[in-house]
Amino acid sequence: MNNEAVALNSAEILEQENTNKTMFGFWLYLMTDCVLFAVLFATYAVLHKNTFGGPGGAEIFNMPYILVETMLLLTSSFTCGLAMLAVHKKQRKALLIALAITFGLGLAFLSMELFEFRHLVVEGNSWTRSAFLSSYFTLVGTHGLHITVGLFWLATLGYQIFKNGLKQHAVKRLGLFSLFWHFLDIIWIFIFTVVYLMGVS
Amino acid sequence: MKKSSTVTIKPEIRDAGLGSLGSYLTGFVLSIILTLIAYYVVTAKLYSSNLQVVSIIISLAILQLFVQLIFFLHLGRESKPRWNVTVFVFAATVVLIVVFGSIWIMNNLNYNMAHSSDSYIRKDELIKQ
Repeated sequence: MNNEAVALNSAEILEQENTNKTMFGFWLYLMTDCVLFAVLFATYAVLHKNTFGGPGGAEIFNMPYILVETMLLLTSSFTCGLAMLAVHKKQRKALLIALAITFGLGLAFLSMELFEFRHLVVEGNSWTRSAFLSSYFTLVGTHGLHITVGLFWLATLGYQIFKNGLKQHAVKRLGLFSLFWHFLDIIWIFIFTVVYLMGVS
Repeated sequence: MKKSSTVTIKPEIRDAGLGSLGSYLTGFVLSIILTLIAYYVVTAKLYSSNLQVVSIIISLAILQLFVQLIFFLHLGRESKPRWNVTVFVFAATVVLIVVFGSIWIMNNLNYNMAHSSDSYIRKDELIKQ
């Protein structure tokens, strides 16, 4: 009996080590993504004064609107953390609620961002207007693309858990998703600071 | 011998990457406070020079980066060898080189090439015309 317990334990440890390896691999991906964003930030920093007679950041950024966007993403990062807590307590219902809130906040963020983009394009300030706006749309748009992918991922995960319950692989994928989501929030802090706050100051 | 070692490893592995409600709440509240301070400094124009405001809000952003790394991503809680932290430090180094290197080089290019007259350089070098 003692031997059996040890065997079970070692199988569990093997599973856990496997999960840790996957987490590490995903962390490596996130760090290379960081480099991708760094390049876009550098491009923006170099080009942000080249407005080619068009508007600069101070004229087109609506700061209260951006603050609301920031708070939405920050809160969704927090509820994603709450979802992870629910996973480890095996509370499926609380988990699904937390994931739904995370999804809703993420979707609200993305809609606000797309609405802002639409507003800029309608006013004639699209990415073709100036080097500043090209680099702005590339940087903020790449972040938005990541959010879009994250929302699809989250919807798939939520459906899997709703349908099949909390299986081991679902727990693993949720762990990876939470890393991704927190990472996107950190990138947004820098977009908020470098693009928006420094743009209007 | 082998049994006891596997049993002692287990809790450490389990702890990596797992937070508590307290840690998430602390991270959330601190992030909101830092964001609002940065927002207020800029919108209320509580600064006297451009350099001042840039250094204030960049410091606040970096502070918030560490708040989220510690309270949301639980970086540094893994057992040795800390591969996650190692990779993070490497990536941060590359990011700093790319961003500040680009800004430095492009500013220098602008300074030396953008003006057809050399009046800017004369002024900066304190050369009398």
